Amino acid sequence: MGVPFAHFVIQTLNGIVSGMILALVASGLTLIFGIMDVVNFAHGEFLMLGAYVGVITFAATGSFWLALIAASLVIAAFGAVVYLTTLRPLLGRDPLTTILATFGISLVLQNYALWQFGPVARKIEEPFTGQFTLFYLDYPWYRLIIAGLAAAIIGGLWLFLKFGTYGIWIRATTQDRVMAQAMGIPVPWVLTGVFAIGSAMAAASGVLFAPLVGVDHAMGVDWILRAFIVVVVGGMGNLGGSILAAIFISLLDAYASLWVSPSQSIIVSFVVLILTLLFRPTGLFAPTPK
Amino acid sequence: MKLRQPVVFWIGLCVIVAVLAVAPLILPVFWRRLLTEILIWGLLAMSSDLLIGYTGMVSFGHSAFFGLGMYGAAAALLNSNPPNLWFALAAGLIAAAAVAAFVAYFSTRLRDIYFAITTLIFSQIFYVIIFTWTSLTGGENGLTFERPALAIPGLFSQQFTATTLHWFVLAVVSGSYLILRRITQSPFGMVLQSIRENERRTRAVGYPVERYKIVSVMLSGLFAGLAGVLYALQNQFAAPDFVFFVVSGETVIYNVIGGVGTLVGPIAGAGFFLLLREGFSRLFTLKYLAPVGLGGLAGMSYLVPVGLIFIAMVIFLPQGLLGFARRWLNR
Repeated sequence: MGVPFAHFVIQTLNGIVSGMILALVASGLTLIFGIMDVVNFAHGEFLMLGAYVGVITFAATGSFWLALIAASLVIAAFGAVVYLTTLRPLLGRDPLTTILATFGISLVLQNYALWQFGPVARKIEEPFTGQFTLFYLDYPWYRLIIAGLAAAIIGGLWLFLKFGTYGIWIRATTQDRVMAQAMGIPVPWVLTGVFAIGSAMAAASGVLFAPLVGVDHAMGVDWILRAFIVVVVGGMGNLGGSILAAIFISLLDAYASLWVSPSQSIIVSFVVLILTLLFRPTGLFAPTPK
Repeated sequence: MKLRQPVVFWIGLCVIVAVLAVAPLILPVFWRRLLTEILIWGLLAMSSDLLIGYTGMVSFGHSAFFGLGMYGAAAALLNSNPPNLWFALAAGLIAAAAVAAFVAYFSTRLRDIYFAITTLIFSQIFYVIIFTWTSLTGGENGLTFERPALAIPGLFSQQFTATTLHWFVLAVVSGSYLILRRITQSPFGMVLQSIRENERRTRAVGYPVERYKIVSVMLSGLFAGLAGVLYALQNQFAAPDFVFFVVSGETVIYNVIGGVGTLVGPIAGAGFFLLLREGFSRLFTLKYLAPVGLGGLAGMSYLVPVGLIFIAMVIFLPQGLLGFARRWLNR
């Protein structure tokens, strides 16, 4: 089966674009896990709700960028409320209880969205309609812009964690919660803030991705499973590893769909996961544990 | 005179089984079906309790075992003429056991959350395979088949009625309960519980922890597969929806609602959940909501209020409904 060179180039581009979105989703998930020991099953639902907030804002104002900002802010506030009401009481209990609680949240949000917005998928217009010629395809610029924006958001998060005062608070809390508290860092607020930031990142990826596939109540489920695979392959709580793993898996997925149907190509990422678990249970891109 | 615990336990068990056996003779058709389904989902939840409550591993992948039991039975019933009950049972159990062995081998390398996520992803693998292998599994449409006769070779053979099917399910579920109870009280079960309490120390004492974990996942998968076979018998179809991870999540919900580490708790949890489902599904229609001024809520899924109840239980009642009786039931 010879596959033309052009297909490879196109699929590489597709893989990188969806890899960047996946990296954005997964880095929110891994941030929340790494810092708070919370496995956020509802992360996909935050993405979905963010996309819906984007749809509503877009319908009201017609501005894509306003929709992106509004979705991030609204879902950040919503995430903070969810954290304060359901997850803070579980602080200090087995991390497994957080899976249960967030699974419940995900059920509630998904069915609420189905009831509120109905089963018909909605769409946001692309903010850029320009295209460039790639071999025989007219490739939309917007896809490249998504990848760039996702990279910019992740880069911004990294800079914030590295140099920002609050970012240093967050890293201190990750390293040693009790000591951070002793040094005067308001740990409960840091945790709430981290959950809000992670939720906002999910919402932003939802809005960015909405023009490509449309928004419906079940869109979160698809993402959360892929994000879980990425987070395990990249190493739980390891931001850089998750980003590499997201691009790696998306590329493999894109290449696999040259030969098999897209619904089967996800099996490739499952195989990567199994191999990772067999040979590097701490994650493919994590430093070797000492 | 104060009755000793075993006497009370066995009398209580007999009374409950007797009530459940008489119930289908009295209940209308709809509730009889629901009761049979509660028992089947209860068996699935009970199988998962062996992992959650006794070995201390939360599996989010029980839908794979359940679904494979279902599809195994379906394959046996479609390929044998006339359809044979025991053949279906054997095929379902073998399919579930094979999948359980595969999942157990890989997932038991990981602990806690990682185990939960890995089992979840494994169940999705089987979901995708079943969903896309249309020629074998019927894809999204699933498989439909005839219900076999209740037969013991050489003795008798008669078609299942709704009542005899209920009795058959009840017999299998209570038999499974007694077997699982015996397993958890055996020396093997004690090792599982010590893994839950302190895995490092169990390893230090000299038990091969990995092997015990693999066996417990396989046993749990086997009983989950049994539940799948029963469900196939009850509904005469197998569909990929039952392999989807939401079923695994609901299994965990039954456990948490009912109380982990009790074996009967998950059955109670399944009953509570399914009754809430029926209640809210009926309530959320205009007929009931409009008079109290909540007409706007009509058509909402029962999962919204049930999910909220579940979250509240995780926070305020982590022991579950029967958690208070945990020590007593395991004596």
